[in-house]
Amino acid sequence: MARITVTVDGVTYSDDVEPRLLLVHYLRERLGKTGTPIGCDTSNCGACTVQMDGASVKSCSVLAVQADGADITTIQGLAQDGEWHPLQRAFHEQHALQCGYCTPGMIMAAVDLLRTNPHPTEQEIREGLEGNLCRCTGYENIVRAVKSAAETGVTS
Amino acid sequence: MIPSAFDYTRPTSVDEAIRALTDAGEDGKVIAGGQSLLPLMRLRLAAPAMLVDVGALGDLRGIRDEGDWLWIGALTTHDEVVHDPLIREHCGLLSQAAGTVADPAVRHRGTLGGSLAHADPAADLPAVAVALDATLLARGPGGERSIGAGEFFQDYLTTALGPGEILTGVRVPKLGEGWGYHYEKFHRTAQAWAIVGVAAVARRSNGQIGEARIGLANMGTVPVRASAAEAAAAGAAADRDALREAAQRADEGTSPPSDLHGAADYRRHLARVLTGRALAVASGV
Repeated sequence: MARITVTVDGVTYSDDVEPRLLLVHYLRERLGKTGTPIGCDTSNCGACTVQMDGASVKSCSVLAVQADGADITTIQGLAQDGEWHPLQRAFHEQHALQCGYCTPGMIMAAVDLLRTNPHPTEQEIREGLEGNLCRCTGYENIVRAVKSAAETGVTS
Repeated sequence: MIPSAFDYTRPTSVDEAIRALTDAGEDGKVIAGGQSLLPLMRLRLAAPAMLVDVGALGDLRGIRDEGDWLWIGALTTHDEVVHDPLIREHCGLLSQAAGTVADPAVRHRGTLGGSLAHADPAADLPAVAVALDATLLARGPGGERSIGAGEFFQDYLTTALGPGEILTGVRVPKLGEGWGYHYEKFHRTAQAWAIVGVAAVARRSNGQIGEARIGLANMGTVPVRASAAEAAAAGAAADRDALREAAQRADEGTSPPSDLHGAADYRRHLARVLTGRALAVASGV
């Protein structure tokens, strides 16, 4: 067992974890943050994307012990004071989801994209989201949603 | 899947890390970003008994201008390689190729040193390292040593690193005046591995190619130089036809694999076509 201290969505937790515990399992099973889903076993799908110290990571490919001292934001930490994050609102308004499974990862990857490139072109949006798969083939509306959120001036 | 159980240590000095790795013997493994190792462990294709996390080793971090070359710490992430101004200015091929590795989230965690030490022949950066004649720096129980990229990659997922040795950094020669570069990667889907990748640098003078160096990804069990094409390109006219002609020899001496993504003869074809394209861009034609 190893002792870790992690800040997740603004709350600091200290826990003993087995070294093999993946960050995504820590988030879901220890902290109950089930808004972050597990998609694949090969770090392809991006469903489990979260922000770690301000940059997107696939939480299935990070050990919880490696997140010791880190500041994690999940999809559940985006809304502020009961108000959806502009990307959440844009995904809703542009109908950028069907089954919704990829949505948390898509939004967290899009947060990262707009952090580094606040006004991406359509091509840059597609490239920025290349690590995230949607199997309902909803990419058109996802791209539209990110573009629409960018137009409202999202920077965080 | 959940990885097999293992012990974990996160040393704070290189000496401590070398000791931990030496003590762990055959069953010890270095982890940095974990973007190659953790998927293998989750699929239970790898089951190390001890992981030595080098993430806290300050000696493995940083990017320094050392005159004729850059020293790039092994822990430099792909994302940092893409954006760092020094690397972009002097080793642009490395930045360009790093930008094609997987996807943004993986690039935030995956490291240059990790990619080289993992030595997957389908990976992008090992081919770049051989094209740039990079030197890999290792520290182990016997002290420090430097290994040329051409000798570093020994076989599939196998490097010249000995027991207890840790890759600490890479010395990458700066590309001088008159040199151009290009990384040409062919893959079927976004974020996929290269079916074939070609890393080319070329020096052009007076309408001719003075010198060219070409590294190939996924054309054998290790990244290889397309030596025959390099020789054919040297002295060739800097135009598309002449470079395409030289590129016809890109697959000479290679032993490409046949797999789900392509048969060996298809890879040979790709190597020739992509080398022609990479040389053309690198030569500015």
